[in-house]
Amino acid sequence: MSFGDWILALHVLSAFALVASMVLFWVLVIATRTLTDVDARITYGRVGDLGGKVIGVGFFGTIVFGIWLAFLKDSYAIWDGWIVAAIILWVIGGYTGGRAGAEYQNILDRARELKSSGEPAQPGEFRSSSGELMLAISSLAILLILIDMIWKPGA
Amino acid sequence: MTSMLAAHRPTDWNFPLFVHVLGAMILVGGLLTGASILAFARGDTRSLRLGYWTLLAVALPGYIVMRIGAQWIYSREGWEQLDDDPTWIGIGFIVADIGALLVLIALIVGGIGVRRLTSGGGHGLLKAAMVIAWLVLAAALVAVWAMSGKPG
Repeated sequence: MSFGDWILALHVLSAFALVASMVLFWVLVIATRTLTDVDARITYGRVGDLGGKVIGVGFFGTIVFGIWLAFLKDSYAIWDGWIVAAIILWVIGGYTGGRAGAEYQNILDRARELKSSGEPAQPGEFRSSSGELMLAISSLAILLILIDMIWKPGA
Repeated sequence: MTSMLAAHRPTDWNFPLFVHVLGAMILVGGLLTGASILAFARGDTRSLRLGYWTLLAVALPGYIVMRIGAQWIYSREGWEQLDDDPTWIGIGFIVADIGALLVLIALIVGGIGVRRLTSGGGHGLLKAAMVIAWLVLAAALVAVWAMSGKPG
């Protein structure tokens, strides 16, 4: 394998980390929508923390290795339309994903408060419509990046 | 991402490749999620059930989509006309076939474990399912490396 092949492999592995953590977050979001069990919410929060680390690796790796590849391969240029589109979608996905993460961190903090005070959770207390919306936008942006990368429109 | 799997790929290969890659990503996500929830469950019945159902309802469909896409792109690219597959395709087939067997074992073992949760048992079986899921996840990442870097 050449150096470029290794960079490509790391780029693709980062993309897998990105999508895998999106799957993880959606499972947790769906599982906690009607949840009132505080302990279970905190347990899912630990899983979410792991997902947060994986998605960080995914976002970092896709952009760093992706831009590296764009400079490495003679057939691609950083200003190619499909690469610029991917970078814009990456920014949108990262920003909305970060907003969703902040929403769910607040909910996790609330669950920890409830646990320490011994109060029960109300139905829907662990649900965030705005968090779901942000996660949906982020997921859509990542799906569009995948489509853009495979079809490479204009290349 | 997968953009650079082939620099000058015929456009009619794109959709099968998309199906293959998306299925593989869902498979990896399902394995990561299911195994993580089982790992963090610490005996909590609700979490153990969620971990198992994630393997069944996310990882398994992801595997099926990935495998259909794999055969589709394999056929479309004309690899079946060659006597021997290149190393990277060989790695992919080995991981997919052994991975399928292991996923099925994990689902059967975990399914028995979930049934036994109502009587207070099943924790060991679900732990076994979790270990298998982590193994398949590790193997899947090796396959991703092979598919993208194409060693050999």
